[in-house]
Amino acid sequence: MATVELRFSALPEHVRTARLVAAAVARRAGVDEAVLDEVRLAVGEACTRAVGLHRNGGITAPVKVLLIEEEKQFSIEVGDEVPHAVPGGHPPGDGAGDADVETEEDEMGLAVISGLVDDVEVSAGAHGGSIRMRWPTTPPTTLPV
Amino acid sequence: MDLSLSTETMGDRTIVRVGGEIDVYTAPKLREQLVELVNDGSFHLVVDMEGVDFLDSTGLGVLVGGLKRVRAHEGSLRLVCNQERILKIFRITGLTKVFPIHTSVEEAVAATD
Repeated sequence: MATVELRFSALPEHVRTARLVAAAVARRAGVDEAVLDEVRLAVGEACTRAVGLHRNGGITAPVKVLLIEEEKQFSIEVGDEVPHAVPGGHPPGDGAGDADVETEEDEMGLAVISGLVDDVEVSAGAHGGSIRMRWPTTPPTTLPV
Repeated sequence: MDLSLSTETMGDRTIVRVGGEIDVYTAPKLREQLVELVNDGSFHLVVDMEGVDFLDSTGLGVLVGGLKRVRAHEGSLRLVCNQERILKIFRITGLTKVFPIHTSVEEAVAATD
């Protein structure tokens, strides 16, 4: 189960909220202070991408963000509910002019994420896609009894 | 923090001072400002990003769009930025090769090419 789960309407103004929540939970989980800026940026990029996909696809479902604190690592999973092209299928909006611009913006966001995060998985299926990112954590030092 | 924008003219250069967060929500305001300046005949822009707390790929896209617009009029778009966390995003995306990035407004205004 996620430590914190966030669902928000696919609106640009909520992406900032997701960034703030993710950074706060990451800090508490023990992600290095020096990396928090990267967490904030990466989760913002992933949420921006999901919001864009939902809006362009006319999806009314919320964007889902899972913040998961595990032993020695912290994961963030940003999920969308947009049906993605599956191997052998036809990509949605294939051949449309606007699709090129959207694809460029999408790729820029993914380029930033992959440049920032070493451990990242992007998956897409017929029922939606997700970006999962992981960072190592430093366990809190326990005070001597 | 929301986005703050102000402009100032220095000779043939127009300084755009940006403050706050540039993301998917606020970037359209910056885009409108840059489009308006170019439409009004300001083709040599210096975007001062010293007050920017956060920049994402949407913001980068707006800056690239601004650069395309001024170049169509043989103009220029220079950036002023000393913040490592912002510079890192330009480096990751290879945009340090696209934008001249200066350490001060004075340096950017004095630069020719």
